Amino acid sequence: MRANDKVGIVIVSHSPDVARGTADMVRQMVGEDVPLGYCGGNPDGGLGTDVAKILKAIDEAWSEKGVAILVDLGGAETNSEMAVEMLDPERQGKVVICNAPIVEGAVMAATEAWGGASLEDVRRTAEELSPQ
Amino acid sequence: MPDLGKMLDVVAERLIAHAEELTALDSAIGDADHGLNMKRGFEAVLADKVNILAKPLPEALKAIGMTLVMKVGGASGPLYGTLFMTLGKELPAEPSLADAARALTAAVEAVKARGKADFDNKTMLDVLGPVARHLGNGSATFDSVRKLAHDRAEATVPMKAIKGRASFLGERSIGHMDPGARSSELMITAICDGLEDKG
Repeated sequence: MRANDKVGIVIVSHSPDVARGTADMVRQMVGEDVPLGYCGGNPDGGLGTDVAKILKAIDEAWSEKGVAILVDLGGAETNSEMAVEMLDPERQGKVVICNAPIVEGAVMAATEAWGGASLEDVRRTAEELSPQ
Repeated sequence: MPDLGKMLDVVAERLIAHAEELTALDSAIGDADHGLNMKRGFEAVLADKVNILAKPLPEALKAIGMTLVMKVGGASGPLYGTLFMTLGKELPAEPSLADAARALTAAVEAVKARGKADFDNKTMLDVLGPVARHLGNGSATFDSVRKLAHDRAEATVPMKAIKGRASFLGERSIGHMDPGARSSELMITAICDGLEDKG
């Protein structure tokens, strides 16, 4: 049962293990109630990120309420921006990339999403973790 | 009209031949994957060559850019991908030198926006920006472009990195050439060699 009344969360790490581990921590907090997608690794499976995998993760986490992406390092952010620009135009406006630490940000964002918060509130909650 | 197939071969061969050097530069101030990533990207471009060459130049450049975006796997994928896609958007099917200068200037601006970077941040922009300006002033020769690209890559050595993973090193990024500046130099030199038939 896909929850379309909650913001979806996407985790994009350079490491498949970090992505999977972060997703496990999110699931422990919010169970299956929040749509979740995650990916890590370059197209060969080494450390890095992959636009095709990011697009798939966004699709898996899709919610009409929007999707918040958590990234680790620069390349994950740049590749996520590229992926968002490749979405259908009507989806593009419903996806944000959060400037937040990936593990803590994903757990906080998912907890906020679980409570039914808007995409903007989910992002704000995650970004409160970032040094100003 | 330059032969795009030959240009692709020259550029890809050059980057693949220098993959270890680029990775060594990246291991000093980054995550040691730039050479491997560029190699993966340009091997994918070569694998798609028949399809790319069936298109007019602007569409071919966009296809090259998209392949780099999808296959490189590091930040250089969207950055070089944006460069080629913007060149494809800006260049006519049979470009003059003035067209090339204008398109490269637009592409450099697009890469700046994509990377949220500026000149003198110790990046590929420090090679590509000056080359675009030089092409626009009308006096460029193959030798002057090659020399400028080389000098500008060297000029990143004393710079302090402001963008990307090298910026985590702060002052310790000083004294190393930026790998992206070097790959841009290699690409520009290869294009000059190919156009001049020294490929």
